[in-house]
Amino acid sequence: MIQVEHLRKTFRVAKRSAGFGNAVKALFHREYDEIHALDDIFFRIEDGEAVGYIGPNGAGKSSTIKILSGILTPDSGTCLVDGRIPWKDRKTHVAKIGVVFGQRSQLWWDVPVIDSFELIRDIYAVPESDYKRNLRDLTDLLDLSELLKTPTRSLSLGQRMRCEIAASLLHDPRILFLDEPTIGLDAVSKLAVREFILDMNRTRGTTVILTTHDMQDIEALAQRVILIGKGRILLDGTLDDIRRGGEQIDETLAALYRQFDI
Amino acid sequence: MKLYFKYFSIHLKSVMQYKVSFLLTVFSQLMLTVTSFLGIHFMFARFHTVEGFTYNEVLFCCGVVLLSFCLAECIARGFDTFASMIGNGEFDRILVRPRNEILQVLGTRIEFTRVGRMLMGIVMFVYAANRGGIPWDVPRVITLLFMILGGTTIFCGLFLLYAGFCFFTLEGLEFMNIFTDGMYQHGRYPLSVYGKRVLQFCTYIIPFSLVQYYPLMYVLGKGGGTYCIFLPLLAMLFLIPCWIFWRVGVRKYTSTGS
Amino acid sequence: MQKIKKYISFFRLRFTMGLQYRAAAAAGVATQFAWGALHILAFHAFYRTDPSAFPMTIEATVNYIWLQQAFLAIFAPWITDNDIFEAIRSGSVSYELCRPVSLYTMWFTRNLSLRFSRVVLRCFPILLVALFLPDGYRLTLPQDLHSFLLFLPSLFLGAFVAASLLVIVYAATFFTLAPQGLRAVVTAASEFLSGFVIPLPFFPDSLRRICEALPFAAIGSTPLRIYSGDLAGQAAYTAFGLQIFWLIALVLCGQLLMRRALRNVTLQGG
Repeated sequence: MIQVEHLRKTFRVAKRSAGFGNAVKALFHREYDEIHALDDIFFRIEDGEAVGYIGPNGAGKSSTIKILSGILTPDSGTCLVDGRIPWKDRKTHVAKIGVVFGQRSQLWWDVPVIDSFELIRDIYAVPESDYKRNLRDLTDLLDLSELLKTPTRSLSLGQRMRCEIAASLLHDPRILFLDEPTIGLDAVSKLAVREFILDMNRTRGTTVILTTHDMQDIEALAQRVILIGKGRILLDGTLDDIRRGGEQIDETLAALYRQFDI
Repeated sequence: MKLYFKYFSIHLKSVMQYKVSFLLTVFSQLMLTVTSFLGIHFMFARFHTVEGFTYNEVLFCCGVVLLSFCLAECIARGFDTFASMIGNGEFDRILVRPRNEILQVLGTRIEFTRVGRMLMGIVMFVYAANRGGIPWDVPRVITLLFMILGGTTIFCGLFLLYAGFCFFTLEGLEFMNIFTDGMYQHGRYPLSVYGKRVLQFCTYIIPFSLVQYYPLMYVLGKGGGTYCIFLPLLAMLFLIPCWIFWRVGVRKYTSTGS
Repeated sequence: MQKIKKYISFFRLRFTMGLQYRAAAAAGVATQFAWGALHILAFHAFYRTDPSAFPMTIEATVNYIWLQQAFLAIFAPWITDNDIFEAIRSGSVSYELCRPVSLYTMWFTRNLSLRFSRVVLRCFPILLVALFLPDGYRLTLPQDLHSFLLFLPSLFLGAFVAASLLVIVYAATFFTLAPQGLRAVVTAASEFLSGFVIPLPFFPDSLRRICEALPFAAIGSTPLRIYSGDLAGQAAYTAFGLQIFWLIALVLCGQLLMRRALRNVTLQGG
């Protein structure tokens, strides 16, 4: 269970203006802007839920994910993940979660995928029998048998993403964070990834938290949607709550962004 | 430790994918060392001694420093690209894994290309050790091993410090080069060459002279008591403040996220 | 005029970018200052050992080292645009070909602007401090106006030769599988041969004469030796002439190589 209350986080960003004169000026004096990345966030996610976390760029999605996975310490507020405070005891916490960053790779570029998997097994200290079972299951579900012997650099993006997801699940995490997992994928790979995530959620009961800009991802995967904008939770409900009219989901969302002025 | 060897083997496999490039880089690394050796050679062809040190003695010193630096580079070069690891978010990935961060950063890059330089260091060092007229005995050999060990530790500490700075400033790391590359480039000559002030700085601020100048004097039989044998071990304590600084950096990173 | 203007605006953009790295500049000043000081201390130690074996006056040596540190970025062979290497490696260099500019001139300008933007921020603090150091370590003014007037154009020529050499390395990257290795070899060689490790006069005589004729001497060695009065009169003009010669030769060579390289690229379809 994930419980988040009154979470706040503020960043300081240096202002930079265009032009030669300003560049010279900035040599001596710099001004800063305060950005409220998270402003009194609260939500609660039960075990086994699949939640879509959406919002425009810069709304605070990745800050939330970073806090939940223990990378970032908030300014104030509380956050409990299965009774743990993520940033207090990071190492025990991260051993029990899985994180997929859609835009970055965790596989070693020049060696076969299976070598990366074995290294990850050692990093997470997964017992050999569990590892074998997980690997077998994941290979079946994600259709990896052909890919395991291939070096990462020769994989297509879709193939690589399947391997990335498998890599994040080798240690059997109870909670899975997915940060734009389908970005840049072709239709077939997208469907395969979605189907797999759904299956993990239904059969293993893995809690899934997903950020994405692809509304079809949300439609396919999430029973519940949390909309965030300018660091605040704007809406927390089902997809139908957002859709109301029955128009196209992208248009609805765009209208919603405009309505909240985010 | 087992995990580190795992990283080691994965890097070896990667390297073997690009043999030509690897060999060329090894060669170029060798070149870099050859030029700095030639610098010393030319200077001594003209002057024969400096501050009472002969050519052979300086070569010996240079070999030891080179060897420790290369060893440290092989192990800790991951820290060198640390600024980009923070920039591209790779450090986030490291933080979501339940292992020690330092070990994982080390594991991101193990630099095999440094064998070229290391070879050069060994050659210089063997040549000088044979011709330098050093009365080799057990305490001297032990001192030598301690010197290399201590030197490697100090350089590793400096690399760690360098990475620690990345948490505070994403630019402006160049000044750390004075201590890493600078210690290695200028450490070719025994530190007393640079005068008393530099020697003091390298004793009390960064304990570089504890692995270079003082034990060197003992090995060369130029004074310096038996206690000099153990000075390099004392110098290894330098790693502690470096580590604390790194911890502070990690804490800062997790509170600002950048 | 229109044609030159786009390169100038390119230069300005890069230059402005370079100015942003304020902390880097401060750090660079500190580094180079310490580096120079250690060099000078070592040379003093050698001087104490045997003043008669010193091939330059100690004042000239000190001047040489301070100027070298102050203008380091102008001559340094390792100042390269990593974007360019990356663009060549990944093949995205074909985008650059879509622009209505000469690739040679653009890369040349880029490298030059990188050098100048770094130097502008760094040279003044170093020079200023070096001018007020105690005797024996102080940067002295040139002996006569004559050598100073020759030093200035020579400095710029040095930067141009360095940039033209670098563009050849960029172009050569098209042909090699291992740009890292190539770059490192060129860096190591030119660093040594242009008198970065020890000034050329400290080389053995026969080798020194060869090195003086090479393009590397035209980069870092000639201007510094002109300033410090080590090269004067006829010798200074000869060295200056060599700089011009090498600049022309390297630019021609680079353009030729670039044309060959680009032909290959278009043949392969990018």
